[in-house]
Amino acid sequence: MTTPMLEIRGLHATAGGTPILKGIDLVLMPGEVHAVMGPNGSGKSTLANVLAGKPGYEVTAGQVLFEGKDLTAMAPEERARAGVFLAFQYPVEIPGVSNLYFLKQAVNAVRQHRGIEELDAMEFLQLARQKMKLVEMSDKLMQRALNEGFSGGEKKRNEILQMALLDPKLAVLDETDSGLDIDALRIVAGGVNALRGPERSMLVITHYQRLLEHIVPDRVHVLSGGRIVKSGDKSLALELEDKGYGWIQQSAEGGAARA
Amino acid sequence: MSNETLEQLANRDYEWGFTTDIEMDIVEPGLSEDVIRFISAKKEEPAWMVEWRLEAYRRWQKMAEPHHWAKVSYPEIDYQAIRYYAAPKQKVKLDSLDELDPELRRTYEKLGISLDEQKRLAGVAVDAVFDSVSVATTFKKELEKHGIIFCPFSEAVHKAPELVQQYLGSVVPQGDNFFAALNSAVFTDGSFVYIPPGVRCPMELSTYFRINASETGQFERTLIIADKGAYVSYLEGCTAPQRDENQLHAAVVELVALDDAVIKYSTVQNWYPGDADGKGGIYNFVTKRGKCAGRRSKISWTQVETGSAITWKYPSCILLGDDSVGEFYSVALTSKRQQADTGTKMIHIGKNTKSTIVSKGISAAHGQNTYRGLVRIQKGAEGARNHSQCDSLLIGDTCGAHTFPYLEVQNPTAKVEHEATTSKIGEDQLFYCRQRGISEEDAVNMIVNGFCKRVLKELPMEFAVEAQKLLGVSLEGAVG
Ligand SMILES: Nc1ncnc2c1ncn2[C@@H]1O[C@H](COP(=O)(O)OP(=O)(O)OP(=O)(O)O)[C@@H](O)[C@H]1O
Ligand SMILES: [Mg+2]
Repeated sequence: MTTPMLEIRGLHATAGGTPILKGIDLVLMPGEVHAVMGPNGSGKSTLANVLAGKPGYEVTAGQVLFEGKDLTAMAPEERARAGVFLAFQYPVEIPGVSNLYFLKQAVNAVRQHRGIEELDAMEFLQLARQKMKLVEMSDKLMQRALNEGFSGGEKKRNEILQMALLDPKLAVLDETDSGLDIDALRIVAGGVNALRGPERSMLVITHYQRLLEHIVPDRVHVLSGGRIVKSGDKSLALELEDKGYGWIQQSAEGGAARA
Repeated sequence: MSNETLEQLANRDYEWGFTTDIEMDIVEPGLSEDVIRFISAKKEEPAWMVEWRLEAYRRWQKMAEPHHWAKVSYPEIDYQAIRYYAAPKQKVKLDSLDELDPELRRTYEKLGISLDEQKRLAGVAVDAVFDSVSVATTFKKELEKHGIIFCPFSEAVHKAPELVQQYLGSVVPQGDNFFAALNSAVFTDGSFVYIPPGVRCPMELSTYFRINASETGQFERTLIIADKGAYVSYLEGCTAPQRDENQLHAAVVELVALDDAVIKYSTVQNWYPGDADGKGGIYNFVTKRGKCAGRRSKISWTQVETGSAITWKYPSCILLGDDSVGEFYSVALTSKRQQADTGTKMIHIGKNTKSTIVSKGISAAHGQNTYRGLVRIQKGAEGARNHSQCDSLLIGDTCGAHTFPYLEVQNPTAKVEHEATTSKIGEDQLFYCRQRGISEEDAVNMIVNGFCKRVLKELPMEFAVEAQKLLGVSLEGAVG
């Protein structure tokens, strides 16, 4: 039997001491792409942050296994080096540190961990150029300070570029589509699709069916009130687009009351 | 001073008396005219030099220690408890690096200091591979070829008495301030540099290569003169951690640039900052000033300050010559319980004089970092310009950053700009980096180096690389 890429069992977690995730079960096999949808404040980013190990987010019950290993025991940088990547909903700005330099540091940190030789400036530039094409990133943006003054769309494209460079096994994309114009959406989705493969799994958090037309998911989960209240195939996204979340939330609450 | 210590001192004086015995290599603690005469005699100084020192001492006696205006606090210093002269000691020689304190050794390694250099710093007997004296000799020959004088200060008094007499105190007069006056009275160490007209010094001058360089003196005196059209780049200090038994350091540096001359003075200061509770660190009260005496002359100060428990330091420029330029680039890092009150003074006197100030203060742990800068545009300084950029970076919640810019503009044609920012390394920034596989420590280093880039790039290449590593080492343990 293949080991799941990600296996979440009965996950409860708090953010800043407040319980947010209240029992999540989710299994992501290698090569699979799952979408996570759900209303604002339902806990989607919290789930992403818990997976990435953000300080302040605490697992209070349940398990998170990454390739069969306990993810929660690892420091954020260890998770990253092991192949967990989070494309942030709100990428931070780091003044004074050029985008290119930052990426080189990140790539070399990961390579060092994997026992591959670190890249020098020239080698890295070559690799970066190749990946930059994927998301149509300009040289100019590479020279600028990391995300500083980047437009919303530029920031999101930069996240995908980082994903391409870091070559993760598990990528969590937190609303990578929000704030993108139609062309940028196509570029980002194209980049993501190009990175799809039998060895890589993705958890795509989104509010819009639109993205899922480009990145077709194997499964769709609806998160509400810190629980997965419904799962289905890609048609669920269409249904949600049509009817909104009300009907699921109600039936879920009803279900919870009965249980 | 309490009555008790006074009494002890009185007793001690009685017991041994202040010696002027020239055979002695050490004087008892305390300061008096006798002690100054003793120092001067030890150095076989001419009469004018003794008089100059005594004059400084007399002024010093009438001055009060300025610990009220600077944003630093420390226990009272007992000036009668300091020993003002001890012949340069031979450091205890170790047989191999294995005997070195492992903590120090680790630091050296992190800084990437070569084995030979480590040996030199640690006082390990040097082998044939690394003969600093022969390096220095080759170096000295090259300088002599160009007519450059570069020697210990006490040598210069004999070698170039006219120059010393003409310029000593011409930038920092004896009575300039409490610590400068003290230094003028008792200085025993330091460097002298003279670059003849039109000569571009072919190499970076550093105390490292100074022949007979002994330990860093407690009261160092440096005088650098760049004659017309000359150029010199001078490096002071080193990135390796320096411990010193002397807690108080009060150096004076004077720079003089004549017409079209350029002096670039770079410092990396990494004296022992004290432990996490601030115990045992060095007090560094320095007066550094340059005079752009000639037209179109330029003086540029670059400093990276990471050491000392207390730093009180304002490398300044007096822009006397028309079209002269003054620059100040500074990185001051305070961690542990360190306090730094540093900045510059740009005094615009000549026409079309220009100054640039770039100050980067980094505070971590319980560090307190103050920028204090004065820009004065005098009446005659037609068309003077200044641009100041003062940025503070905070790491954590228990440190502090303060900015005190003083502006005095007496000429309406002057253009003066001041920008200041304060930012904090945020949890979110660190998490972002860690999510990309970069450790927290590396992330902090990367952000700090990015913050300081503008200053670091003013340093000579090799020095800059070392300084970068030094910032990282200095911040170790300050995060997380
Ligand atoms: N550090 C924190 N402290 C307290 N509450 C938090 C913290 N982080 C998140 N929350 C709360 O947890 C809930 C879920 O937030 P989360 O960001 O996971 O929602 P989301 O599903 O990603 O929403 P959106 O679609 O708006 O991005 C919200 O009510 C939010 O205010
Ligand atoms: Mg969210």
